[in-house]
Amino acid sequence: MEHRLAAEVLRSARKGAEQAEVFSVSSRAMPIQFEANELKQVQSKESSSTALRIFREGRLGFATASGGGDVDALVDMAVETSQFGSTAGFQFPSSRNYSEVRIFDSKVEEIAMERMVEIGKELIARIRGHTPDILCDAQVTRGTSTISLINSQGGEGRYDKSFFSLSLEGILVRDTDMLFVGDSESSCRPDFIEIDGLADRVIWQLEMAKKKAAVSTKLLPVIFTPVGVASALLSPLVLAFNGKSVLEGASPLKDKLGKQVFDKKLSLWDDATIAYGVGSYPFDDEGVSGQRLPLFTNGVVTNFLYDLQTAALADTQSTGNGQRAGGGFPRPDISSLILSGGDVSFQAMVQDMKEGLIVEQLMGADQGNLLGGDFGGNVLLGYKVENGEIVGRVKDTMIAGNVYQVLKELLGIGQEMRWVGGVLQTPPLYCSNISVAAKGS
Amino acid sequence: MRDLIADALKGHGADYIEIHFEEGQATSIVYRGERMDEISRARSSGGNIRALVQGSWGFVSFNRMDGLREKVNLAVEEARLASRGPLKLFPTKPVVDTVVSQLKQDATTIPLATKKKLLDSYNGIMLSSPKIQSTRINYRDGRKQRTFANSEGSYIEQAKTDLNLRLTAIAREDNEVQQAGLSLGSNGEFSAVEGLHEQAREVARRAAALLSAPQVKGGEYTVILDPVLAGVFAHEAFGHLSESDFVYQNENLQQVMVLGKRFGGKHLNIIDDPTIPNLRGSYKYDDEGTPTRENYLIREGILEGRLHSRETAAKMGERATGNARAINYLFPPIVRMSNTFIAPRSDSFEEMLGDIEEGVYVKDWYGGTTSLEMFTFSAGEAYMIRGGKLAELLRPVVLTGNVFTTLQNIDAIGNDLGMNQGGGCGKGGQSPLPVSNGSPHIRIRHCVVGGR
Repeated sequence: MEHRLAAEVLRSARKGAEQAEVFSVSSRAMPIQFEANELKQVQSKESSSTALRIFREGRLGFATASGGGDVDALVDMAVETSQFGSTAGFQFPSSRNYSEVRIFDSKVEEIAMERMVEIGKELIARIRGHTPDILCDAQVTRGTSTISLINSQGGEGRYDKSFFSLSLEGILVRDTDMLFVGDSESSCRPDFIEIDGLADRVIWQLEMAKKKAAVSTKLLPVIFTPVGVASALLSPLVLAFNGKSVLEGASPLKDKLGKQVFDKKLSLWDDATIAYGVGSYPFDDEGVSGQRLPLFTNGVVTNFLYDLQTAALADTQSTGNGQRAGGGFPRPDISSLILSGGDVSFQAMVQDMKEGLIVEQLMGADQGNLLGGDFGGNVLLGYKVENGEIVGRVKDTMIAGNVYQVLKELLGIGQEMRWVGGVLQTPPLYCSNISVAAKGS
Repeated sequence: MRDLIADALKGHGADYIEIHFEEGQATSIVYRGERMDEISRARSSGGNIRALVQGSWGFVSFNRMDGLREKVNLAVEEARLASRGPLKLFPTKPVVDTVVSQLKQDATTIPLATKKKLLDSYNGIMLSSPKIQSTRINYRDGRKQRTFANSEGSYIEQAKTDLNLRLTAIAREDNEVQQAGLSLGSNGEFSAVEGLHEQAREVARRAAALLSAPQVKGGEYTVILDPVLAGVFAHEAFGHLSESDFVYQNENLQQVMVLGKRFGGKHLNIIDDPTIPNLRGSYKYDDEGTPTRENYLIREGILEGRLHSRETAAKMGERATGNARAINYLFPPIVRMSNTFIAPRSDSFEEMLGDIEEGVYVKDWYGGTTSLEMFTFSAGEAYMIRGGKLAELLRPVVLTGNVFTTLQNIDAIGNDLGMNQGGGCGKGGQSPLPVSNGSPHIRIRHCVVGGR
């Protein structure tokens, strides 16, 4: 059905355009939501959208339609926008054969609603077994999507993807004190999701947060857990490696290719080929093959992320990172990021600290000058370390820093790698001299 | 259409069923520096069904209208999976009504060429300013035609337009990068984004000035918030706590949020009101068909009310307030704010400033988020206050605190109410929802300001 529509759109668009491309997504998802420890809502969501991109008189035009199958309206909108679009500096790729990336597991479709309800109940029961008065919101989601792409240069591709995820957020209120804990797991393969692993991590958070600890305003070493790395440090890096930021000269890394910017022990790469990774794909949303792309290796900057148009303007090649959030306009973006592991155990990092913080969740971390590399925010979940031991949870505490200063020289890189939100695999990072501001000091 | 819906709703044995349909169109324009980065148009159509059986919900969303009866069946089946016990929704009278949007100059009907010319002129001003390396402009307008029907006999058609613009100037000198921005919006009235040339110039000037501005020294300060940032505070810090879906199943939180409890001084009034004409968060009926009204959240420092859906109102034995909203047909309605503001009092800005020995004046919105008790929000612009006078410009600062303490620490409320229509609100994966928020200048004692 979608394929017929795509072919029809392409034919119709070609009448007035030099080149044309049709990208279609159709997806089905079933999220099951628990609220305050009880099953609240079962949903099934179906959606489909078609995006048309054309070159007309050398300019880019773009339109999307979801729901309706009105081909003429879609073509008219694309033609209208092409009067003002920027000059297309590239050709649509003529690729038809892509290497296989394993991202579909038919077992996802076989998981009954009843089983998903059980999974949610099991997870909540484990957390409440530890802390009976906690209120948990949980979500169990399964889904599948079909992506297809066809263009006037002979390019064509299609793939199916599956998705399974489990997330939990717990809140514990005592008077006006609130504690938030939580974590999530996601994969294309349901049997990669571990209920116990997720429950254990949340229970660890509850254990560590049992006591409260005071912190004063000063510079302190900080261990970012994997969730903490994703919460505090990821956004400025993703922005700086985006080819668009580099092209316009706004990225602090714009002239740093081949230069040492980060700690020698640290490497970061983007990888669209990881089996069953939720960010993986055989080809990106413009028909360019996905790949394993080193962004920095041993601290030396090696690549930036490009889509077709940005690459053309920067006089380079697309890296297969053209992505369309919600089926929209393609932009460079990460597939999955992997930060290399190190040789220090989490326990050893903690033991090394005389006084410091462990940061799991930072609230409002994206509000500062991200382009400049700044991060900062309220420690939503974090713990105080004194003389090598975790002594309790900190509250009313802000941290602030700059990723280029913090990641230039690390005190340690953890051994324990883990996936966060399905898009980042990272070890804990042990950083020095982070500015900490606390209330009442 | 009405007959088709009525037919699909019949005889499923559910306690309650509702259907939403939506037809929408949108235009989006993005500049990155001098380049037109994206220009796109979109159309969408779709709908959803929500069914309630024994206290739990089934929800089905779709793009295709065919097989409506089967879709209703599926939603009912899903809802039957979990019976939480009987639940009566707060009773509302069935409504049959049609709401049309009345705009002088509807942005969605303005030719693309006119929009582009206007944005080009703002971009030109910013790009030609000293030290400006790049710019961002994000413009978006859209229109939605929504149809709502439920098994109680309501049938409501509502048209809603929305407009949103953000201008950002990025300044660079050596390795230093700083940015400043302007965010605004309207209910679709195009005039809201016209005539901003002087503001565009000012945004560029401020970005350049930040390059040589110092960082605030982190710690506790007396702060004055301008109307924009104080509005964000009202929304983020207090407004979200007033959303009953956070409270209705949480007994501990209910004790914290007991109606009649004192939250601030007698001078403090916080109101959520969708009925104010022509703001971004204005509407006549929410997405459960409940008519809207003015809602006092805090009156004279005392907690007076909160925001409800029909479900949360019934559970808590309070009135439905008309605050169940969904960003589009892919989502079920949840409890959301509309136009949220701190009511003005009599203090002037100069009086507030006068007795501050050392403090920080924070202006404009950059971002804000909350976890019920704790909030953080960041200012787009900040100045030191020394000896009762505004002093040097500071690098952007982040404010954080505990909402209960902070509300008590508001010691002055100004006389200059301003409503901010930029941005949008995100909650439960639904973002951005059109809202507005506002306040006069307010002063807060002992506020934690982050910096290095």
